[in-house]
Amino acid sequence: MSVTLLEKYEPVIGLEVHVQLATLTKIFSGSSASFGLAPNAATDPVVLGLPGSLPVLNKAAVQMAVRLGLAVGSHIRPVCRFSRKHYFYPDLPKGYQISQFDEPLCEGGAVRFRFNGADHSVPLTRIHMEEDAGKNIHAEGGVSYVDYNRAGVPLCEVVSEPALRSADEAAEYLRALRTLIRYLGISDGNMEEGSMRCDANVSLRLRGATKLGTRAELKNINSFKNVKEAIEHEIRRQAGILDRGEAVVQETRLWDAVRGRSQSMRSKEEAHDYRYFPEPDLPPLQVDEAWRQAALAGLPELPEQRFVRYTTVLGLSAQDAGVLVNEREISDYFDAVVGKSPAEGVGKKAANWVVNEVLARVEDPRALGQDVPVPPDALAELVDLIEKGTLSGKLAKDVFGRMWTEKRRASDIVAKESVAQVSDEGVIEAACKQVIEANPKEAERYRAGDKKLVGFFVGQIMKLTEGKANPKAVNQILAKLLS
Amino acid sequence: MSTAAIETLLLEQSVVAQAEAVRGGTVKARDLAEGYLDRVGRFDKTLGSFLLVDGAGARAAADKVDAAIAAGQPGGPLAGVPLGIKDIFVTKGVETTAGSRVLKGFIPPYESTVTARLAAAGAVSLGKLNMDEFAMGSSNENSAFGPVRNPWDTTRVPGGSSGGSAAAVAGGLCAASLGTDTGGSIRQPAAFCGITGLKPTYGRVSRYGVIAFASSLDHPGPFGRSAEDVAALMEVMAGGDPMDATSISAPVGRYQAACKAGLAGLRVGMPSEYFAAGMDPAVEAAVRAGIEQLAALGAQVVPVTLPHTPYAVPTYYLVCTAEASSNLARYDGVKYGHRTETAASLEELYARTRDEGFGPEPKRRIVLGNYVLRSGYYDAYYGKAQRVRRLIANDFAKAFTECDVLATPTTPMTAFKLGEKTEDPLQMYLADIYTVAPALAGVPAMALPCGFAAGLPIGMQLIGPPLGEETLFRVAGAYQRATDWHTRRPSL
Amino acid sequence: MSRIDPKEVRQIAVLARLGLSEAEVTKLTHELDGILGYIAAVQGVNTTGVEPLTHAVGFACPLRPDEVQPSFDNDDALANAPRRHERFFEVPRIVPVSGSSDGGGS
Repeated sequence: MSVTLLEKYEPVIGLEVHVQLATLTKIFSGSSASFGLAPNAATDPVVLGLPGSLPVLNKAAVQMAVRLGLAVGSHIRPVCRFSRKHYFYPDLPKGYQISQFDEPLCEGGAVRFRFNGADHSVPLTRIHMEEDAGKNIHAEGGVSYVDYNRAGVPLCEVVSEPALRSADEAAEYLRALRTLIRYLGISDGNMEEGSMRCDANVSLRLRGATKLGTRAELKNINSFKNVKEAIEHEIRRQAGILDRGEAVVQETRLWDAVRGRSQSMRSKEEAHDYRYFPEPDLPPLQVDEAWRQAALAGLPELPEQRFVRYTTVLGLSAQDAGVLVNEREISDYFDAVVGKSPAEGVGKKAANWVVNEVLARVEDPRALGQDVPVPPDALAELVDLIEKGTLSGKLAKDVFGRMWTEKRRASDIVAKESVAQVSDEGVIEAACKQVIEANPKEAERYRAGDKKLVGFFVGQIMKLTEGKANPKAVNQILAKLLS
Repeated sequence: MSTAAIETLLLEQSVVAQAEAVRGGTVKARDLAEGYLDRVGRFDKTLGSFLLVDGAGARAAADKVDAAIAAGQPGGPLAGVPLGIKDIFVTKGVETTAGSRVLKGFIPPYESTVTARLAAAGAVSLGKLNMDEFAMGSSNENSAFGPVRNPWDTTRVPGGSSGGSAAAVAGGLCAASLGTDTGGSIRQPAAFCGITGLKPTYGRVSRYGVIAFASSLDHPGPFGRSAEDVAALMEVMAGGDPMDATSISAPVGRYQAACKAGLAGLRVGMPSEYFAAGMDPAVEAAVRAGIEQLAALGAQVVPVTLPHTPYAVPTYYLVCTAEASSNLARYDGVKYGHRTETAASLEELYARTRDEGFGPEPKRRIVLGNYVLRSGYYDAYYGKAQRVRRLIANDFAKAFTECDVLATPTTPMTAFKLGEKTEDPLQMYLADIYTVAPALAGVPAMALPCGFAAGLPIGMQLIGPPLGEETLFRVAGAYQRATDWHTRRPSL
Repeated sequence: MSRIDPKEVRQIAVLARLGLSEAEVTKLTHELDGILGYIAAVQGVNTTGVEPLTHAVGFACPLRPDEVQPSFDNDDALANAPRRHERFFEVPRIVPVSGSSDGGGS
């Protein structure tokens, strides 16, 4: 993107993110919400919109939406409503979607994350609940097929304020939101599989201007990479239009990830008249104070809270803390390694092990939530052996490698294969003497002031002891013998 | 039991008496079913009350009841009682059309809660009854499958939208029947056909499996020859349903007992707005006489006022058309029902399927409903109507601080001629003038016969407070013990 | 003054996906004009401070436990489909339109 255009125009971006909630059943009926079933096999009268069918709200879906709202600090309306949103499309079985309109479950709140190394907060307009649509499959021969299995899967729509100013910021916001919903256990947030989907509203205005420009809505953004590319493309497109002195048209555009461009969707003049009215089949939903309090008490420690704990209480670097909190499974694993009240310094060491060794060995960090070759208590034991001086850092790395591949405990490896560090002063002193005697010239130079030679001696001693000598003890004894 | 004795049982005895006879072994459920099926075969060519006669299904269900009783099982409270079902209740495996071409051939894969409960109580469905398309109408002339004729005068309408349900009971083609009432669709045809019909409190009877017309106004309910019959059905039909989020889980009343309780000490309110100009004098005279009868039975008659009554019909048409336009959006030729023969595009599929599938009245209401829900119009129309609806409900709440039950006419006139009002939809809408307000407020209301004018039945309407069905049954039961209007039968 | 004209009726017909003949449009325009004139009476009612009555029953939304119930067996889901292809409902080719759910819900 040309620098001059971005100097001239400020992008204004808001995201509407649909999160599929991980319930067992649909939002308004009891058929399965799981994926991968035969087409139209997860349907019932409500899902197909059969005449006479009626929606009944799934409590788990509301609980999950309330958790999300509380986690981002939204106001949870004590009374909210469902509304009917009307449009015709084959994947929408009733000719309307049951959604929320003027009285959504959650209002306000913000998603907090670190952006460019600083604390950052993106305000939310609202979070509301609605039902997902089915899937249209475009086939050969001038026909399309419809599978209603997905129709009725519960969704939360998270609507941000138009507060984002760059594609990078939008992508980071989306990542932070995904991290959050995974912490809450309300969705797997998988964009590629559609359990998290994103529409972006993008407009440009002259820098310094306060009035918003005309926006375009981008749809069909189905990966983090696409979010960035689609928004950047849209910013370029609108900047080009404005620079030619033309006007941006308010429209919906479909992102084509293969071609790397967006395409205007045919828009009829009436297309956006959704004719909302309160859903008569569902009385107003009440979330009372007791429910709110219980949900609040049930919230896990959230990523940003963990980040603060890691950087302040445990003294971790912002970088390590950021990596650890990125997925709840990593953070849980790390917390299990360090325990409730770790000794000073242990947190940092454990963080190094998790970030540099453990994460290097797993493809999907979320696997840390399940069986891993080195469970947290085994890593804790290894860290403890280092602290006690039983293993040197170098030895420990080798031991860790064997723990991972052989699924063995560090104590087992140390006990059975005498890989433990030698801290016995007599043994170390004997080795030191042997090395000094074998290198009289170097010893002479050291004594004359060439202190750098200490490294040479340590290296020789380590070689002699096959790396098992406790480096701390070696340094002390060498200093004594050479003084 | 002799054929004559069975005929008497079919035409003269209550549903409770029929069920007792079946349970006691004095008559077979199969014989009751055959008796009514025979009458349907003889008389329904003229009346047109059935859209589908399910002879095989009825015989199978009756045989099952008989087998259970033969095996020593007690049999349900409605054991073997043959019913007609308005074709708005979905019935598993039995075509259900709601009187519309758009659902021609639709075989529901599930069963409505109400019909399932009735079947579990031993009732036997004889088939599906004619109705105005999607329950939109007051004369049954809006059925896509032909009109229903009034058994008292076959040149006249039976009322609507549950015209088939009322005509079938009045004509002795079934023991009792099911209908739905959105703005008067049970009470008005009950009045026109000289039978008893109840629109229960909104939510008292489950709507699950009842094809929606206007969801916030749709009330399923029973028709019978007497309040006792209606009470017997209601005790089975009513009650909370986990499949209907708007159903009321409060315990079901003892409606049959209430019919026998007497009405001494009850305060009967006469709302002045329901006795204003525009009513047929013969209807007014009969209703006033009915109320005097209630006073003679020990009720205290008090004047009350429901000041927002003049706004009830406009409010009703705003609410019901908006909701109807939404509820009818699902009929698009994709999942079930009618689909146009050839459509080159999706848009053509929608437009032609819906044009071909819906009759004039649903189209009128779809257009009107979309008109009032459009962005920019909502507050002036639908939103306004829901506020006026609150005022109408408040009127009733206030009136029920001054009385226990209201008594009014059900309709301003007796049954009109076929074709008399079809050209003027507004005149048709005004036939609902006394029935729409209780529907808007969701309060229970019953129509029961209180006289005749020129050989045509006249209905009195009783309106109760929310969940006040037992009070309605107390009044109706006492009234029907003291009068014989409900025992009169048309000759077919 | 008329409250609704044929152009508006045609617009609403598009919105409602209702193919109407010109004769139907003319007739409906006339009928609806009369009906709208009649129902406009509600606009004269003072509703200041009056809450809309959206549900005749005054209780909170009941909630259903998240327990899986049986789905339709075999062909029940598709038995009424006017056109089907294997286990799918079939429609004329869909061209994505604005306002649809293609690509991320609505």
